[in-house]
Amino acid sequence: MRRLLKLFLQKPELASSILLLILVIAFQIRSNAIFLSVDNLRGIFGLLPETALVAVGVTLLMICGEFDLSVGSVFALMPMTMAVLVVGGWPFWAAVVAGLLLCAAIGFLNGWITIRFDIPSFITTLGMLFMARSMTVVVSGGFPPRIKPGTVPSWIFTGFVDGGGLIRASVLWFAGIAVLISLLLAKTNFGNWVRATGGYLPAAAAMGIPTGKVKIACFMICSVLAGFAGMIQSLRLNSFLPSIGEGMELQAVAAAVIGGTSLSGGVGSIIGGLIGAVLIRVIDNGMVMSQIDANWFKFAIGALTIFAVVGNAWLRRRGRAMKVETDK
Amino acid sequence: MTSPIIETRNLHKWYSGVHALKGVSLKVQKGEALGLVGDNGAGKSTLINILSGLHLQDEGEVLLEGQHVDIRSPKDSMRLGIETIYQYNSMVPLMTISRNVFIGREPLKWSIGGFGVLDEKKMREESVKAIADVDLHLRSPDALVGELSGGQRQGVAIARAMHFKSKVMILDEPTNHLSVKETAKVIGFVKGLKAQGVTSIFISHNMHHVFACCDRIVAMALGQIVLDKPVAETSIEEVSEQL
Repeated sequence: MRRLLKLFLQKPELASSILLLILVIAFQIRSNAIFLSVDNLRGIFGLLPETALVAVGVTLLMICGEFDLSVGSVFALMPMTMAVLVVGGWPFWAAVVAGLLLCAAIGFLNGWITIRFDIPSFITTLGMLFMARSMTVVVSGGFPPRIKPGTVPSWIFTGFVDGGGLIRASVLWFAGIAVLISLLLAKTNFGNWVRATGGYLPAAAAMGIPTGKVKIACFMICSVLAGFAGMIQSLRLNSFLPSIGEGMELQAVAAAVIGGTSLSGGVGSIIGGLIGAVLIRVIDNGMVMSQIDANWFKFAIGALTIFAVVGNAWLRRRGRAMKVETDK
Repeated sequence: MTSPIIETRNLHKWYSGVHALKGVSLKVQKGEALGLVGDNGAGKSTLINILSGLHLQDEGEVLLEGQHVDIRSPKDSMRLGIETIYQYNSMVPLMTISRNVFIGREPLKWSIGGFGVLDEKKMREESVKAIADVDLHLRSPDALVGELSGGQRQGVAIARAMHFKSKVMILDEPTNHLSVKETAKVIGFVKGLKAQGVTSIFISHNMHHVFACCDRIVAMALGQIVLDKPVAETSIEEVSEQL
């Protein structure tokens, strides 16, 4: 029991992985084997990279001890800015870089305001949520821009990469970025600083870690990933709407928490955030495939989030009660 | 005579108009175990925060081995060989022992501009050695620090400071909230430092703990030094009267 508890503590994503497996089996049985069919998986994989990329950024930031509620708005603002620039005559790649730089600037502002004025990031980013959403409408002048199909190389981000039409390029982009961020967190000194800053800020600061800069970097990565994800969705749909990404911030937080990320920072993993995002997609899709009233979706996500937080808190309490063995 | 390992000259510090340090001059010799005592608000923490780079003095100077030094950040302090172990621990509970030992000073396999890939093998091996060097025997450097007892945590913090060859170790209330057994262990660690020739400044409210492991005692009250005597030439009663 003690070993199992320790394993769950060290691998906070383990519980959600087991739940995911159970749900996949349950939905497969209830949907008469439609759930794992190629057609259905195509639908899941099409949407997954977009929400999962946002979840990856939010997970990183939460491990660093902060929140970002503006990711849903940034998700809409980046593609809108990019599309307006492209329609205005900018080269596609220049517009992409400009859009991502805008996201980085928003992330920087979120972090700087939070740290400089010592206010909760919940409040800073709540303000940014409204500001960025408003900017999305303002930059478009109220009329969503239209980019003619084929005039931009959207296939680089959204084209199918396999003959069967199952895997889009977005899955590869997502996988590459997720592996990169995961390695950054697990294998580099920056990752160590992120965990230390979120885990216990006074100790991190006392040990000379530039905690403010670390947090700002995480805010920036989070915003850039949200903007990049929004661009992928807009290019996939070839539609640049100011309303996309609404509610995504809470889904991303839910994904991170379900994947074992601690609300108080220091604990979590990118793979956990990814599993959380997959779980949300699986529940969303599986309920439809299993002919369960889809209006229960939000209820299920809410219940799962509460369950995950309660479970993690319990594990942590048990963990604190454990003592490491000594030789003498 | 050799220069003191660390010396402060006429240190002053004000916080929003409150004169927290009033011209504190202090010399600590190499290998000495100095006990620093005083009530809340006496100025102990302010003095320590200046030496550890958390705060900058408004007036006065700090000398290390006779040379003027500017300590503007904890990184500066550590680079100069001053290591501080704080009351509420300098450890991140949810990280492993080996990661905590190298926090902020991680060995890297390769790096670009200060960022790079951790040398985890080196971190594990050297943390095991560092912990063994202070006579603390833990089974695995992969255990979470949060799983350790208070005394063990302080032991790991001391092991970390020793590993980085600190010249001066400042222990800020290291025995607070510890059981009798754990306190004895920490006092043992401090005595071990002296045996290895490491200078230590031991801050505590508990006079018995200070008398148990220090050579000299400095008492502070209202931002000033009010007593500075070898432990052998004073008593708990005399020190208490000065506070």
